[in-house]
Amino acid sequence: MRRLLIGLTYLVFLVLLVAPLAKIFVGSWGDGWSGFTESLTREQSLHALMMTGILVVIVTVLNTVFGVMLAIYLVRAEWMSRRIKGLLNSIVDLPFAVSPVIGGLMIVLVLGPNSAIGAFFEDVGIKVVYALPGMILATLFVTFPLMVREVMPVLQEIGAQQEEAASTLGAYSWYTFWKVTWPSIRWGVIYGVVLTVARTLGEFGAVLVVSGNIMNKTQTATTLVYQDVENFNVTEASSVALVLAAFSVGLLLLMEWAKKRKEVH
Amino acid sequence: MNFIMRGRLWSFGFRSTIMLYFILLIVLPIVGVYSQSFQQGWSTFWESATDQLAWEAVLLTIKLAVISAVINVLLGTMIGWVLIRYRFPGRRILNSLVDLPFALPTAVGGLMILLLLGPNSFVGGLAEKLGFEIVFHEPAIIVAMVFVTFPFVIRGVQPLLEEMDKSEEEASYTLGASRARTFLQVIFPSMLPGIISGAMLAFSRALAEFGAVVLVAGNIPGKTLIASVYIFGEIESDNTQGAAAVSVLLLTLSFLILGAVNLVQARRHRK
Repeated sequence: MRRLLIGLTYLVFLVLLVAPLAKIFVGSWGDGWSGFTESLTREQSLHALMMTGILVVIVTVLNTVFGVMLAIYLVRAEWMSRRIKGLLNSIVDLPFAVSPVIGGLMIVLVLGPNSAIGAFFEDVGIKVVYALPGMILATLFVTFPLMVREVMPVLQEIGAQQEEAASTLGAYSWYTFWKVTWPSIRWGVIYGVVLTVARTLGEFGAVLVVSGNIMNKTQTATTLVYQDVENFNVTEASSVALVLAAFSVGLLLLMEWAKKRKEVH
Repeated sequence: MNFIMRGRLWSFGFRSTIMLYFILLIVLPIVGVYSQSFQQGWSTFWESATDQLAWEAVLLTIKLAVISAVINVLLGTMIGWVLIRYRFPGRRILNSLVDLPFALPTAVGGLMILLLLGPNSFVGGLAEKLGFEIVFHEPAIIVAMVFVTFPFVIRGVQPLLEEMDKSEEEASYTLGASRARTFLQVIFPSMLPGIISGAMLAFSRALAEFGAVVLVAGNIPGKTLIASVYIFGEIESDNTQGAAAVSVLLLTLSFLILGAVNLVQARRHRK
């Protein structure tokens, strides 16, 4: 029984996870090394990877700052009643239940050229939808719960005693944050950052809808993979996908490392 | 005094900014979709939602998501059990690999399945000879859904198995129960909350999945067109009304599931 179950487990992993990963490796090398580098050094590939990079940086910074602050408020704030906190707390999870495509549609509906807010921005001369700001918003929406959900349990676990002690001793609140709160939530935040980066790197549905997937303008790495597959450029698609997969595996290793550190502290 | 006043003003501004960000980013868009789909009255909503193709897409999505959730329950329960209870070479690596589908971009996942099962591949060729088709048909969609939701049940079951009190199991053996009976009456019931919440999360994620499915499904209306791809198509053809109506259907379903999951987990924590 034991042998059989272990064997079956190995089989599932091999078929479902390892074989596809190996296949993408082989696929991208279908035309040899030169095919791989050529598809990566195409103008649109470089631009798409750059767009993904820009998105990752901006989204991670914003999501980290706002996520950590919101987590602190939801756990510690005394100026909100318990009821309101509970309500806000359940709202945090909503983006998990929203299909990425619908997330993109929401941004288009609220900020698109046909809406009041979108028309206003257009008058001012800022393009939101089918441009970088919309893509950032869509990705922020999708990644929002990740940081809050990592930091909140840590804050609940450590309790408010140390912080209260620090404030009664007269420490200014920023000082309290950096000296007392930050050291204990640090690994939770790092784990949240890794999750955010992974999700942003891989976000597809929401970005596809909001960006319009315009080559050399709003195309990201994942939407380029999609376009290449649609055009039957399998080698090119695999090459870009391999780069993304390599990043994901790297992030997975980082996650394991951060998880271990989080448990130690 | 002046210092304290300034501090108060600062923290008030800070709070408002964070709360405003939260409301604008999360609540406003969701309200936007609901209001858009009901803007022209209930009947227009009903017309768009019960459009033949839309309805078929939603039903197909639910059917395939249920199938993939069932597959996930079977595989996930087994793998969760094996990874916690048995010690064997490679266990740690497998345990880290579980999260791979979460880390991998879904579009990359879709491409992988396309390459692995496509008509030019070994598996695809074999299936073709045997007379059934995988890619661009329902099986491929199920594979894509299972791949994307793979970690949920495993990660739901594992902590429960780790927490479990060994003495209950031992008591059961001492009292003369067989292995099968112990598993069914002692171990399985304590795994059940994890299996249920994992399955529901997997189901709702499968309902919402887009990236992996759009590449392998073929997207033939009425046959392999699932709801999220239908919504995408409606947006592309500028029919935001239809897209919003189907979105509301899917969203409401997912929110209900999310609420149920929270309920299951809250009850567990209270115990």
